[in-house]
Amino acid sequence: MDVRVSGVRKEFDRFPALHDVSLEIKSGELIALLGPSGSGKTTLLRLIAGLESPTEGKVFFGDEDASLKSVQERNVGFVFQHYALFRHMTVIDNVGFGLKVRPSNTRPAKDEIRRRSSELLDFVQLSGLEKRYPAQLSGGQRQRVALARAMAIEPRVLLLDEPFGALDAKVRKELRRWLREIHDKTKHTTVFVTHDQDEALELADRVVVMSQGSIEQVGTPDEVYDKPNSPFVYGFIGESSRLPVRIENGTVWIGEKSLGLKADRPDGDGMLYFRPHDVELVDGSNGCIAGTVVASRRVGATRRVELMVAGAEERIEIGIDADHPATELSGIAFRPRHFRVFARD
Amino acid sequence: MALGFTLAYLALIVLIPLTGLAWRSASLGWAGLWHVATDPRTLNALKISFGTAFVAALINVFFGVVVAWVLVRYRFPGRRIIDAIVDLPFALPTAVAGIALTSIYAKNGWIGRWLDPLGIKVAFTPIGITIALIFVGLPFVVRTVQPVMEEIRTEVEEAAATLGANRFQTITRVLLPGLQPAILTGFALAFARAVGEYGSVIFIAGNLPYVSEIAPLLIVIRLEEFDYAGATAIAAIMLLISFAMLFIINLIQAWSRRRYGYGT
Ligand SMILES: Nc1ncnc2c1ncn2[C@@H]1O[C@H](COP(=O)(O)OP(=O)(O)OP(=O)(O)O)[C@@H](O)[C@H]1O
Ligand SMILES: [Mg+2]
Repeated sequence: MDVRVSGVRKEFDRFPALHDVSLEIKSGELIALLGPSGSGKTTLLRLIAGLESPTEGKVFFGDEDASLKSVQERNVGFVFQHYALFRHMTVIDNVGFGLKVRPSNTRPAKDEIRRRSSELLDFVQLSGLEKRYPAQLSGGQRQRVALARAMAIEPRVLLLDEPFGALDAKVRKELRRWLREIHDKTKHTTVFVTHDQDEALELADRVVVMSQGSIEQVGTPDEVYDKPNSPFVYGFIGESSRLPVRIENGTVWIGEKSLGLKADRPDGDGMLYFRPHDVELVDGSNGCIAGTVVASRRVGATRRVELMVAGAEERIEIGIDADHPATELSGIAFRPRHFRVFARD
Repeated sequence: MALGFTLAYLALIVLIPLTGLAWRSASLGWAGLWHVATDPRTLNALKISFGTAFVAALINVFFGVVVAWVLVRYRFPGRRIIDAIVDLPFALPTAVAGIALTSIYAKNGWIGRWLDPLGIKVAFTPIGITIALIFVGLPFVVRTVQPVMEEIRTEVEEAAATLGANRFQTITRVLLPGLQPAILTGFALAFARAVGEYGSVIFIAGNLPYVSEIAPLLIVIRLEEFDYAGATAIAAIMLLISFAMLFIINLIQAWSRRRYGYGT
């Protein structure tokens, strides 16, 4: 089911949690909403589910205006961060709940509900635990029950709010891969919220980067990582270094020195962004950024050095080979392979 | 160490007096005990005590859950005041409550004057007793249910809604079953309190033998007649019934705790 969010604004007591958000989700896609705390991810997810109603704007499921429908009618699977399982029901009763509360003309027979529930439990690899109560399960198992419960109603969209947020790192990784497998099998249109960029990049077909109630960028993991379209995305996803620069006639300058980089921006002050590990070292001192090493530390397979760049106040970091001979106070010159210049804030 | 202390303390405070009670009533012998128990006046007093206490506890369960729900889920001006008022029956000397209720429900009282033409008599009848018992029992239900309700995340309700459950299904299938152990505890406490209540009841009850005389009052009457054996016999019977009821409630609770895994 295609989902379209169109010009949605949401205010809580005059506090704007989302401004003018539009987003198109294609049928069968796995989409990640990624952003720092308070950026409006949960709010957007709840608006799609119908748990919140927009102050302005609309949500479409296919061609149908979902804004006119209640939560119950929207038929969405929602998985909450803290599972929200019914603790007085066994695992299998939790999974079957959505089918049991259907009106009698669409409710499957009891046996059929049982059969489908255990099938789903099989699918989420929890067979054998049907009779347990939620209190008798581990966090990861509970989350899988929650997912099975959401899938039982054959939802038009599956919405997951930080599904792995409350789990430890190892279980998170396992469940992450597992969720991808499940998605590839079921092809449910799925939106999940996370503030873990690794999770978003590894799992999603497309990533929606959010900040302060707006969408900053939507793109494949490669696009948002390799071609961030705003300083925020540069800073939020992966590592970035930045230098204050000046644009003259379409080239980038620091002080009186041209860096030999082209930028299609109008003349004036700007901020140069690049990835610390995405640089090439060069000899000489023309057409490059030259600096003096002020600190150096080993990070995994590479070495990270902090540079003082002539003509700039701020220090920057770049990544170099671990066996590079640079030590403190030695000079290094480099050129970023990929970069962008944004307006200075 | 802690266990030993607990047991010693319980023995001192609870068990020794109870043993004394059993000892005293044993002096009557089985036949004597049976005689007291089957005496129509005793039977009526027990019936009134347990009957009114049961009805009052049931009513308290219903309204107590509603009050707790409003206090937990709604934010409105004066919420804190209402929250404080719930505790009033705990703090108020019960005799004061009894006198106040009597004056309100008496034939010429604020409320009694409107009920009287309708032929409803409250003061000096079992209805009056029940009202007094509702008054003293309410905080027990509210205060046991409230914290458990606070723990229920709105997410659980929202989960039910996304799964297609309407409001009624959410309440009956999700919320109430989740609260059932707490409601049961509240009921047991309100009931136990009501069975033992004396101060607020004797004013409004009118204390007519066979009609509105409660068992605790009958005990006092027997004591005043220096019939210590008779008094302790009634006490022992009350104790037995109360104990049996609390035991059953505890069994239900242990069963539901095992099922729902509370406290794990
Ligand atoms: N019910 C509400 N009432 C008032 N303000 C709210 C409400 N829900 C969210 N907000 C506000 O809206 C903004 C966005 O909140 P939201 O929960 O969507 O953020 P989030 O991106 O999910 O953050 P997190 O990663 O911390 O979960 C926040 O500033 C929050 O304080
Ligand atoms: Mg959130």
